Amino acid sequence: MSALLELQGVWAGYGGSDVLRDLTFSVPAGSVTCVVGPNGAGKSTILRVVSGQVTPRKGTVTFEGKRISGLNPRQILGLGIVQVAQSHSLFPDMTVRENVEMGGFLLRDRAEVARRLRQIEDLFPIVVDRAEDKAGALSGGQQRLVEFARCLMLDPKLVVLDEPSMGLDPKTLKNVLQQVRTMWEDGRTILLVEQNVRAGLSLATRAVVVESGQVRLEGTGSEVNSNPEIAHLYLGGGTASAAVPASD
Amino acid sequence: MRRGRSGVPVPLLIPASLGVAFLVLPLVGLLVRTPWSELGPQLAAPGVGEALRLSLICATSATLISLVLGVPLAWVLARSAGRGRSVLRALVTVPLVLPPVVGGVALFLVLGRRGLIGHWLFETTGITIPFTTAAVVLAETFVAMPFLVISVEGALRAADARFEDVAATLGADRWTTFRRVTLPLVSPGVAAGAVLCWARALGEFGATITFAGNFPGTTQTMPLAVYLALQRDPEAAIVLSLVLLVVSLATLLLLRDRWLGRAAA
Ligand SMILES: Nc1ncnc2c1ncn2[C@@H]1O[C@H](COP(=O)(O)OP(=O)(O)O)[C@@H](O)[C@H]1O
Ligand SMILES: [Mg+2]
Repeated sequence: MSALLELQGVWAGYGGSDVLRDLTFSVPAGSVTCVVGPNGAGKSTILRVVSGQVTPRKGTVTFEGKRISGLNPRQILGLGIVQVAQSHSLFPDMTVRENVEMGGFLLRDRAEVARRLRQIEDLFPIVVDRAEDKAGALSGGQQRLVEFARCLMLDPKLVVLDEPSMGLDPKTLKNVLQQVRTMWEDGRTILLVEQNVRAGLSLATRAVVVESGQVRLEGTGSEVNSNPEIAHLYLGGGTASAAVPASD
Repeated sequence: MRRGRSGVPVPLLIPASLGVAFLVLPLVGLLVRTPWSELGPQLAAPGVGEALRLSLICATSATLISLVLGVPLAWVLARSAGRGRSVLRALVTVPLVLPPVVGGVALFLVLGRRGLIGHWLFETTGITIPFTTAAVVLAETFVAMPFLVISVEGALRAADARFEDVAATLGADRWTTFRRVTLPLVSPGVAAGAVLCWARALGEFGATITFAGNFPGTTQTMPLAVYLALQRDPEAAIVLSLVLLVVSLATLLLLRDRWLGRAAA
């Protein structure tokens, strides 16, 4: 599998201090690549670098062989990388349909927006059933699904998800993970970040363990899953989901 | 720690009660002294309707101008940083602490027929601003706009920046983000600011009489009419004051239910 996305020696952070320090890893085309690591390791920052919200101070990010570090979020979006932010990214006072339509900003043509919307309504019945409801009135799991629906408006090649499992009960979680799998089966590459290591690795074809802004371990999902050190750190005592407290 | 009413310490209770009395008594006095039997004729007196109409039109125009200029200014203030912001902030706040009469004089020096901008305006277009209804609107805007700016800036600062980030990741440009995301988010704050601004403009006296004069029909707003009436006919002044009080309170109550309730929630 060739790499769809590659991060090479990336240094990046906020206001002069580096969160990511010489980070290198790649996302193979057609993979579900899962980044796991403790709270504060820099996982969200990695995703912001990929989506262009944070520009690396050093190093490069390439997508389909072309350098994208330095491009703005709009340009990166236009290349086919969409991001679903960590929790609560729907506009609560807009309706579900308005929220999904917001995902189509870059489609200049109204007819194109309508066409994409119809395709997405087939994939996500909630977008039809709750179309006129305010997004803020949906449950956490329903909001996640609408966020997924919105991110598919541009028919992206790479979907970037920041902790899709966060705050969901086990049953909803299963449903949401199934939707991630469906996106992948539809031919999209997925890069996701998870603190819920068990949930993340259950989907991943490839896993990257990040600590303090550096790659600690990289391999297939099952390699990482069966690594004794990782099992000890994150999966000990069968409480993987609670092993690292979520705070942000 | 919450305490019952009986738990308020005496050293706080006494000044607090005096404070309330001080704020309420003048209004009670106004109501007590109102010549209720003559209310009808007094209200029908020539000039009253005109002054009220002029007041409402000018205060509303001043509020609209303040919205158009003040909301963007508040955005710039809320999103800028460092020294530039402190300076800008100080400039915006000056009219808040400046005596309105001084504001009127300053407006005159800039927009008067010999003023910095005024003489140029007069020479090129023949327009003079002082002592016209436009001058009333400008004076009121000068005095009232800071209320709107400060209030909207506070709302923008409190608004969750996360939603602007989300809009950016969806490919929205900053203008679209402002229109579709930020503005709806802060609309209660904008509404509250507009009400404050309108109320301040409605009551404007010092800058108006200095810059616009006191001409019935064109520049004599209610506060000016009240002041003038007080010298000739105190009862008329009381009635006019009452009208102003009723209009202010009614607006506040009406808008509070629609907008301010949400802002406070
Ligand atoms: N917007 C920001 N400004 C400044 N520091 C930030 C910002 N976002 C995150 N950080 C810091 O960067 C570090 C990594 O954060 P993040 O990438 O969110 O970690 P993770 O997603 O792995 O929990 C943390 O120490 C956090 O405090
Ligand atoms: Mg995070």
